[in-house]
Amino acid sequence: MLQAAPARKPGRFSQFWGRLRLDFKRNRALYLLAIPVVAYYLIFCYLPMYGASIAFKDFSAGRGILGSPWAGFKHFAAFFQDIYFFRILRNTVLINLYQLIFAFPIPVLLALLINEIRSLRFKKTVQTVIYMPHFISVMVICGLILDFTARNGLINDVIALFGGERTNIMLEASLFKPVYVLSGIWQEAGWGTIIYLAALTGVDQELYEAARIDGAGRLRQMLSITIPCIMPTVVIMLILRIGNMMNVGFEKIILLYNPTIYETSDVISSYVYRKGLLDFNYSFSAAVGLFNSAINFALVLAANRISRAVNETSLW
Amino acid sequence: MKIKTTPAEKLFTAVNTVFMLLLMVVTLYPLVYVAFASVSSPEEMVRHTGILLRPLGFTTGAYKMVFDNPMILQSYGNTLFYVLAGTALNIVMTTLAAFLLSRRSFMIKNALMMFVVFTMFFNGGLIPNYLIVRSLGLYNTRLALILPTAISTYNLIIMRTSLLALPASLEESAKIDGASELTVLIKIILPLSMPIVAVMILFYGVGHWNSWFNAMIYLRNRELYPLQLILREILISSSTDSMLTNLSTSVDKEPVSEIVKYATIMVATVPILLVYPFLQKYFVKGVMIGAVKG
Repeated sequence: MLQAAPARKPGRFSQFWGRLRLDFKRNRALYLLAIPVVAYYLIFCYLPMYGASIAFKDFSAGRGILGSPWAGFKHFAAFFQDIYFFRILRNTVLINLYQLIFAFPIPVLLALLINEIRSLRFKKTVQTVIYMPHFISVMVICGLILDFTARNGLINDVIALFGGERTNIMLEASLFKPVYVLSGIWQEAGWGTIIYLAALTGVDQELYEAARIDGAGRLRQMLSITIPCIMPTVVIMLILRIGNMMNVGFEKIILLYNPTIYETSDVISSYVYRKGLLDFNYSFSAAVGLFNSAINFALVLAANRISRAVNETSLW
Repeated sequence: MKIKTTPAEKLFTAVNTVFMLLLMVVTLYPLVYVAFASVSSPEEMVRHTGILLRPLGFTTGAYKMVFDNPMILQSYGNTLFYVLAGTALNIVMTTLAAFLLSRRSFMIKNALMMFVVFTMFFNGGLIPNYLIVRSLGLYNTRLALILPTAISTYNLIIMRTSLLALPASLEESAKIDGASELTVLIKIILPLSMPIVAVMILFYGVGHWNSWFNAMIYLRNRELYPLQLILREILISSSTDSMLTNLSTSVDKEPVSEIVKYATIMVATVPILLVYPFLQKYFVKGVMIGAVKG
């Protein structure tokens, strides 16, 4: 750095432009082809980032994003004092925490068990079947959930069969998170095994041979070879998951919830949707969204840091 | 090599097999229930409680009602359009972007990559996106469901990773023979990349088939609705309404409408579930490439 004296700076700068001009001449076709791609990202990704400035304005549709008057941190202040601030924060974190505790380990365990299946055909059949729910649309999943949890639905039929009392499950605030997390497990646990099964096929088969010759049984092999071999993948997935701790997609939430159970089901993203697109509080809603994006961004950066330290491989 | 199995291992294999069978039953049963219910006689379904092990009676009346419903047919057509046109644009744009980002001699490729990847970690948010799409005049047009999602950055990175794995010498020799960049892409890169293009078609295609949120916020005309939005009216709104308007009384099932619900689910879901097992290896491949690069 010391050699880069100020006097050399303009030289470097023009050198850069010179190289760029040369590259432009040589790769003119590539620059031309880049136009639609760059245009797409500018219009549909970066323009909305600029549009997020309405969080600091009093947006009115007539004046547009640029013309609306500045409002400072008014909307953020309003959000932090909002009576629902704590509620949506708590629900967002709790749903993620439950997913981390209950949903995250299941694909790992399933992958270990599938890996122990000796018949190739049976293994393939199991995989085909358990990947399937991943392809069902969230609409159909939510339709099934609402149908099965209704007072006269399948789940209540079974509860009644065992002498329990019928309740309308989706009107019970205390049951929303379990239903949300469990249905998520049903839909995604199988699909989640793919990445671990891929890691398992990468395990050197000679390790198992050697272990067998040393007299290790299947359990011993699993504990001493299989599990250590997929640990790095598990750790990466765990870090990614933690990087997403402030993120709950709103699609399933807004299809499943109703005002009776907002107390346990309303999360940040669903609140943004309701305040913005149903109540037309654009600026306030954008402020809530920006707050969430900023926290997410910080978490992902932190996750990448940690991953680099732990695995010596960063995520990007 | 024949491996001697101990009794404990035999027991484990047996338990594991039983567990896997149970797992498949738990996964499939909800769908089987819907399939059985959709062809059952409405009257018997209403009286029936508990699980179904076979259809109660047999009638295709519900399916007739579904296919006679002009809204369902129209939205089915719309969805096919969104899937075909949307996926076509996705493939063109993603291939183009992945091609650019995998050119080794392209000076700005790293800057371009950062420009692209940044959008994965930070976005303007729901409301600004909505306002931009409206201000571009896309509100209530079919383009609103196609243009804003033209590239999924995650898919783009998967495709780029795959293109980077092709040997550089191939295109170098083509370049020496005087081929243009576009010729290299179409004549050399694409034919060698058909598996990853298949992965992309599947990822994007399923995404379009299942998507509904953009349609809900950007479309006002019902004639433009995709199938999933009509499903929302049949599956979600009706349940929520009956749930909230009949809090205390036990609701009587509308016999026919219940069965029609199940038939609609089948009509919306079966096409994908039928196609998917044949394409499974491509899906799996896509996830694995994605996993390598995160």
